[in-house]
Amino acid sequence: MTVDNAQLTALGDPTRRTIFELIAERPRSVAEITRQVPVSQSAVSQHLKVLGDSRLVRAEPKGASNVYHLDPHGLGQMRAWLDRFWSKTLAAYKVVVEQSRKESQ
Amino acid sequence: MNTRVAVTSVRQSIVVEAPIARAFQIFTEQFGSFKPREHNMLGVEIAETVFEPRVGGHIYDRGTDGSECRWARVLAYEPPDRVLLSWDISPQWQIETDPEKTSEWEVRFTAETPNRTRVELEHRKLERHGDGWAGVRDGVAGDQGWPLYLQRYADLLSHAA
Repeated sequence: MTVDNAQLTALGDPTRRTIFELIAERPRSVAEITRQVPVSQSAVSQHLKVLGDSRLVRAEPKGASNVYHLDPHGLGQMRAWLDRFWSKTLAAYKVVVEQSRKESQ
Repeated sequence: MNTRVAVTSVRQSIVVEAPIARAFQIFTEQFGSFKPREHNMLGVEIAETVFEPRVGGHIYDRGTDGSECRWARVLAYEPPDRVLLSWDISPQWQIETDPEKTSEWEVRFTAETPNRTRVELEHRKLERHGDGWAGVRDGVAGDQGWPLYLQRYADLLSHAA
């Protein structure tokens, strides 16, 4: 299991985070994204490259252009770790809280 | 807009057979008894974990040698409904001292019946650790930090499975 340190760095930039969140809503093309943010299409492309290098998004060819999707291997790794951490914590909590009920009866 | 939030957050929920007041009490007073043992940034075994029951308090681990690690700040404390805490752990698996670079986790308690409580946890604003990750990349010994911890955690899980 590896964690890509670049992932959260990539999300540290506000414009990149906005782009990432737009793609998280639904897959979008560069042109669609450019209409939603106050930067040029070439700047959007640069941001998409950073997000892609960090495995946060991935491009899928569609006709003459690319459509960008979330990359399930990207930020998902950190989220997967926290998911397991909290799942384990809550499961252990359930045992403790229900044990205390038996003891108090 | 749930989708936007979910990408940089983690959500979990569980239903416990206990009244809401006790569910809240056990979660806060006995947090150390169910927190995974490997959640430890001290160099020694944890003697106790203390959850200070007030806004401005902390969750801290106290080691067997008396050392302490304050890894969460209590941002909201509303028994028996809700607690909100920070997650002051950097990607180097060290204490993050800049609050702007910490994520937060909220636990909400909802009574389903007088003796049954739903507990919902959301760990969010994960992107705020962003600058911390840049610091790791700048050359701190990354293999001694979070990635090593993750590997150890993954190993534990696979052994337990």
